[in-house]
Amino acid sequence: MEIVHIYTRKRSEFGRPCSFSDRPAEVCVDIQPNPSLAECFVLRSPVDAHVQHSSDMSEHEVNTERVEVETRGVNHVEGGWPKDINPQEMEQTIRFRKKVEKEENYVNTIMHLGTLMEHCVKQNNAINIYEEYFGEEEMAEVEDEPPSAKTINVIRDPNITKRTAAHLSWHPDRCKKLAVAYSSLEFQQNMKGMSFDSYIWDLENPNKPELVLKPSSPLVSLEYNPKDSHILVGGCYNGQIAYWDTRKGRLPVEVSTVEVSHRDPVYGAIWLQSKTGTECFSASTDGQVLWWDIRKLSEPTEMLVLDINRQGLLENALGAITLEFEPTMPTKFMVGTEQGIVIACNRKAKTPPEKIASTYSGHHGPVYALARNPFYPKIFLTVGDWTARIWSEETKESPIMWTKYHLSYLTDGCWSTVRPAVFFTTKMDGTLDVWDFLFKQNDPFLSLKVCDEPLSSLRLQDNGCIVGCGSKLGTVTLLEISSGLCTLQRNEKNLANAMFERETKREKILEARHREMRLKERAKSEGQDMEMEEMQEESPEEAFSRAQKEFFEVIEAELQRRARAEAQHLPGKVKKQAEEEAVLQGAESELPKYEEEDEEKDA
Amino acid sequence: AEVEETLKRIQAHKGVIATMVINAEGIPIRTTLDNSTTVQYAGLLHQLTTKARSTVRDIDPQNDLTFLRIRSKKHEIMVAPDKEYLLIVIQNPCE
Repeated sequence: MEIVHIYTRKRSEFGRPCSFSDRPAEVCVDIQPNPSLAECFVLRSPVDAHVQHSSDMSEHEVNTERVEVETRGVNHVEGGWPKDINPQEMEQTIRFRKKVEKEENYVNTIMHLGTLMEHCVKQNNAINIYEEYFGEEEMAEVEDEPPSAKTINVIRDPNITKRTAAHLSWHPDRCKKLAVAYSSLEFQQNMKGMSFDSYIWDLENPNKPELVLKPSSPLVSLEYNPKDSHILVGGCYNGQIAYWDTRKGRLPVEVSTVEVSHRDPVYGAIWLQSKTGTECFSASTDGQVLWWDIRKLSEPTEMLVLDINRQGLLENALGAITLEFEPTMPTKFMVGTEQGIVIACNRKAKTPPEKIASTYSGHHGPVYALARNPFYPKIFLTVGDWTARIWSEETKESPIMWTKYHLSYLTDGCWSTVRPAVFFTTKMDGTLDVWDFLFKQNDPFLSLKVCDEPLSSLRLQDNGCIVGCGSKLGTVTLLEISSGLCTLQRNEKNLANAMFERETKREKILEARHREMRLKERAKSEGQDMEMEEMQEESPEEAFSRAQKEFFEVIEAELQRRARAEAQHLPGKVKKQAEEEAVLQGAESELPKYEEEDEEKDA
Repeated sequence: AEVEETLKRIQAHKGVIATMVINAEGIPIRTTLDNSTTVQYAGLLHQLTTKARSTVRDIDPQNDLTFLRIRSKKHEIMVAPDKEYLLIVIQNPCE
């Protein structure tokens, strides 16, 4: 509502002198308050007002005018000639040039410049001043830093009752995510309030898990599918297998039926290399290894009982703690058992008993970790009881190399993906050891105390630099190891290969020797059966003569073989005769024996 | 005459491919190459020398450019500048 006061005056009256007079105040407009409008207003209480005691500041922006810079090039095409000379005409240019050459300034300048130039030309001819010295030797600077590892991240179990981080699995593609299986591995210690969840953590956000996986029973092992990074398979504490799709949410997509699953916690679950990318297999302490196709988890596709007597009896079966599978060897896999034996199995064998190819026994307690060397697949590492041992597939009786006995139990181990002779182990006292077997075999190369509680699992990221350790209270610590430990040194592959071969050969020789001794024992006992009245006890002379006889046998065999090669008649009969006689005759004096052999040779 | 001798001597050194003398306007006074190439070298190197000189003097006004060497994969171009003239030698350094 506008209040307007209009004051009019006639044009003819403009310019008149003003006479001012006093007048009492006059009300021009009186607008009464309108009570109905008052209803529309709401009383505001409290009213906040702010006061600030500071100097007033204001922000201004200033921009200078942009200076446009332009670079231009001019192609000099025969310009520059003085105006009167036509560059096309040879005569004029020549005349001009001759004129210039006669100038004194020119002469002096050229003399001066000439000496300067000659100096440089000669210099160039003398040596190559731009030669790169020490070009090849730049790599020698790297080794001086001492090995170290630093913690980059610590991820804690968000629940109140802490559970052990039983298994870790890195995301196959980008390694920025880590799936951790949490469960309580103590026997019958499941507390009431313990949650069953396992989490997938994103390393960028260690405070809150990226995805929660809710199985029906706590997960003991968890693995990403290397082909499809959205799918994970998990083995539960109650023996079931479940698989998740991270796009579909927190509940498993499918769970195997209880009747056909394992009867004990599924300690190992690994994806298989298959065209469909949906096959996996699992092992548990109930002694079975089951193969599954995740599209149909209602029953396993195949089953194997870990009975080393090859009879398939579940009662004799050994409980499996770890499972190992190398995608480059798709038909073979290895199982580490509670009894300390490693069983190498062949999946493609015709009958179930034949599936168990060979066994390696060496640990006093459960084999907690089993890993093949990524560079030399015949060599594998087992971790159990108080040592870590390195085995070669060929020598079945004993490991080719081993660490000393530690004070605390070793819980997990894995090879470095980058350096062939480096591996990591974790212990019950919370330390992580890095071993470099080329450098030192008695002590770990680097030993780090990660936390006070026992470490239960270990996983190395594919690039070899970051290692995640899970502890008993559910804390996952991520460590970055120094670059010296994760870059391949010069010649390291060859040296590691040579070392493994050397140790394997040593073990083979020892094995052969053992076998020989056992054969002799057995032969001796057979010989005893046939001539029981002799040889009731073995006197030192008899032992000596026997040893001597064996020695001569070996030489004799060699000589005969050579003779055979030359003579080429009586193939094998001569040798065989000599051997038979040696076995059956027992302890006779060696001299007539040797003469006999001599005669045989001459014959 | 001495000029001739000097230039001939320079040209006779091992590895020298060409020698040129350019004046301040970029006109080739003396050259051992054909005209078109010379003109090209003259124009380009003249500009480069000026730029180099101004760079040196910008950094330190008391300083001045004495010699300019451009080593490329195939050969080395050496420029000896003066107030009025430019002596350019192209050499193949033997390594």
